[in-house]
Amino acid sequence: MARHHITTTVNGDIREVLVETTQSLLDVLRNELLLTGTKEGCGTGDCGACSVMLDGRLVCSCLVLGVEADGKEIDTIEGMAQGEELHPLQRNFLEHAALQCGICTPGFLIAARALLEKNPSPTETEVRFWLAGNLCRCTGYDKIVRAVMATAKELRETTHA
Amino acid sequence: MPDDVKLTREFQVVGHRKVRPDGVDKVTGRAKYGADLILPGMLYGKVLRSPHAHAIIKKIDVSKALKLPGVKAIVTRDDFPDQPKSKPPYGPRIADLWDTTRVIMAREKALFEGHPVAAVAATSESIAKQALKLIKVDYQVLPHVIDPIEAMKPDAPILHEDQFTLGVEPAPTKPSNVFRVMKAAKGDTAIGFGEADVVVEREFKTQAVHQGYIEPHACVANASEDGSVDVWMSTQGHFVARNQLAALLGMSVGKIRFISSEIGGGFGGKIPMYGEPLAVRLSQKAHRPVKMVMSRDEVFRATGPTAGATIRIKIGARKDGRITAAEAELFYQAGAFKGAEIAAAIGCMYSQYDLENVSIVGYDIVSNRPRIAAYRAPGVPMAAFGVESVLNEIADKLGIDTVDLRLKNAAKQGTVNVQGLRYGPIGFIEMLERVKEHPHYKAPLGKNQGRGFATGFWMHAGGLSCASINVQDDGTVTLIEGNPDIGGSRASMCAMAAEELGIPYEKVTTLIADTSSLGFTFLTAGSRTTYATGMAVVEATRNAIKVCCERAAAIWGVTAEQVKWEQGFAKPASANVGDFAPLSLSELAKKAPMMGGPIAGHAEINATGQGPAIGAHLVDVEVDPETGFVKPLRFTVFQDVGRAISPDYVEGQMQGGAVQGIGWALNEEYIYNDKGQLVNAGFLDYRIPVASDVPMIDTVMIEEPNPNHPYGVRGVGETPIVPPQAAVANAVENAIGRRLNELPLSPPKILKALSERPVARAAE
Repeated sequence: MARHHITTTVNGDIREVLVETTQSLLDVLRNELLLTGTKEGCGTGDCGACSVMLDGRLVCSCLVLGVEADGKEIDTIEGMAQGEELHPLQRNFLEHAALQCGICTPGFLIAARALLEKNPSPTETEVRFWLAGNLCRCTGYDKIVRAVMATAKELRETTHA
Repeated sequence: MPDDVKLTREFQVVGHRKVRPDGVDKVTGRAKYGADLILPGMLYGKVLRSPHAHAIIKKIDVSKALKLPGVKAIVTRDDFPDQPKSKPPYGPRIADLWDTTRVIMAREKALFEGHPVAAVAATSESIAKQALKLIKVDYQVLPHVIDPIEAMKPDAPILHEDQFTLGVEPAPTKPSNVFRVMKAAKGDTAIGFGEADVVVEREFKTQAVHQGYIEPHACVANASEDGSVDVWMSTQGHFVARNQLAALLGMSVGKIRFISSEIGGGFGGKIPMYGEPLAVRLSQKAHRPVKMVMSRDEVFRATGPTAGATIRIKIGARKDGRITAAEAELFYQAGAFKGAEIAAAIGCMYSQYDLENVSIVGYDIVSNRPRIAAYRAPGVPMAAFGVESVLNEIADKLGIDTVDLRLKNAAKQGTVNVQGLRYGPIGFIEMLERVKEHPHYKAPLGKNQGRGFATGFWMHAGGLSCASINVQDDGTVTLIEGNPDIGGSRASMCAMAAEELGIPYEKVTTLIADTSSLGFTFLTAGSRTTYATGMAVVEATRNAIKVCCERAAAIWGVTAEQVKWEQGFAKPASANVGDFAPLSLSELAKKAPMMGGPIAGHAEINATGQGPAIGAHLVDVEVDPETGFVKPLRFTVFQDVGRAISPDYVEGQMQGGAVQGIGWALNEEYIYNDKGQLVNAGFLDYRIPVASDVPMIDTVMIEEPNPNHPYGVRGVGETPIVPPQAAVANAVENAIGRRLNELPLSPPKILKALSERPVARAAE
């Protein structure tokens, strides 16, 4: 099967990799670059567990071909914390118990960060609709929405301080 | 260990909100789930599945596939020994190896669409997929049956020619799709109905729904030439899986080691094995590790949903609301193999009520669907949907408040249910009173809005659990237990051990042992983990404390009985013992190597005395009269939780169960075409609730401690999925004035109901 040489920046690191024509970006991240923090829940773009940022845009990496990542910048869950310091969303997810099994958590965190970058003061409804592309079967979403709202508030207060 | 349940002292750790010990790894992507293990030389396994719902498998030709470069092994039915047929009597839960070996790989017949027929291991996933296309299967397609009511008819296609219905007299001479009929009764319902002023009899229908965990089933098997095998698996019970694998493959238990990965949801659906025995045989044949990960499509088609059901309910009550008789007939799908959860339904469906006359009959029916798997309070939500809907109607007919009707009939300490179970303390009456006091109960409703209420009962599990605790030289503590942590149980284990030891929560680490490192521990299921394994953890910790006291006694030159453990210190038990400065855990741990060895404790128990749990749900919905769309607006969950060790995660269970119930009530269903093929095997068409579908889920925890657990734990995970279906349906009925007795309450059904005349209500 034909393989293509691509160069992509993942969490700030330049990575070169050979990918099959039909290989999804998710597959490349997980099985070629061994970044297994991004999860596969459906492979059809319905669950959001594979959410990553591609050139600053939120995408389902299962719906993007690996070859499309050539020359682009990708941000995954592995790059979210700064050293030992968790991103405020990561910290608030823990403090609000916004995860039970945790399989959907990386996708929610990536999607929620994208929301807060776009809209620092989302209403509860805006949070719920933005995150409607991410499925969680454990929590009923209550604590996830609270964690995102709390983070938004915290970030607003830090910016204004 | 019922000694200190009603502890009056404030707990230092238990009951406090804490960050879970496994949390950081789960928010950084570091935690390793089923599909995240990558081993050197690993192959990728893929399964060929039957496209037919019912077919004889005449021949399987793998010769072409084997020649494809990169294919390293193929397995079919010939690679698995057959198992002896099981014989009656059967327990309430079916564990039949003859069935199980046919679930993992079809033998004589394919019995449902998606039934595994062959499996391939290859050097890449794409080669494995290519190889599947080269396998030639010769099928003789048979007539199929999907609906269990159809499957009961005399001319229905028969799945198992040797299955004769059990539990009927005289014993049938013709095979049937009904595996067994189960009955339970108390009192005399004929007399009870004679005393009733109102009798309501209704039929209800629910569809098969899937647990919908976000992580598909995944495993990696690594077989060695020495006959041993390691299996990494996303599972709710790796000890159970190990024993089952040994039986299925004729291996000795000691040669098999299961390691449980982090588990991405299960809800009962990750109790069974599917790909693991296939991956093990492939690994044995290829002499390389084999990874198998299901696609979402495979999860829907081939793993257990819970039963769809037809339920007939008949309840009679006096004018004052007292129930005089209650009957039920339950027709449950088992899927292609026996084992519908009728026993649990019989044991729970009326059990939050104190009833004199009850009679329940349940039918366990096979049809050409994937074998059902447990789903959160397995078997009970569909029956409760019927019961709580009829009670709602009786309350309406009698003009009695719906909560008052329950209060009139509420079970309490000493009540005996239909199966003869006598209750200890249960918080049902207190809960109902809390519902009435809650602002939600009396809040005004707007146009097209309605309020629904329902309750639910679930009986928890106990069983085998082991735990081991090691006090390290610096006074930190490592706790080892055997239940995969599906929703924060490590936090509760750490909390109970820390509370016992009197040390900070952060000093305890909990590890989940592999199956060779700890004694057999039963499933993470039945809401048993914090109860049963928690009990083992407490006992193991107390055994370590005993060692601490012995060491302190040796240092002080007194007997161990003269030493007590208090708030993290060994102290003289009384002033008479002598004046000794207390010794902390870390001081004792430091001295331990010179005093006979490290401090440790372990416990191996068979936990009994688990309590039931009852919940009550209150929900407001708004129905769009133009589209038929139902939107839940407000939801409050009340539950007797015994004692919440980790309140955050107890609330999480209550909220998650409620939202799964909302999905069950409003959207979710398995839809088949006329060929018996599932047509909505994906998250786009099988739509589980998303964040914008639901409101915040408020929780009210009632704590009536279970006297049989050292911290009063009752178990919480399953009860919250029992009431929501009826609560939502009752709210819809309240909003539109029409009764709908079939789930899901999807827009077309609502629109159809709106075109019909509203029901008359005595209450208005």
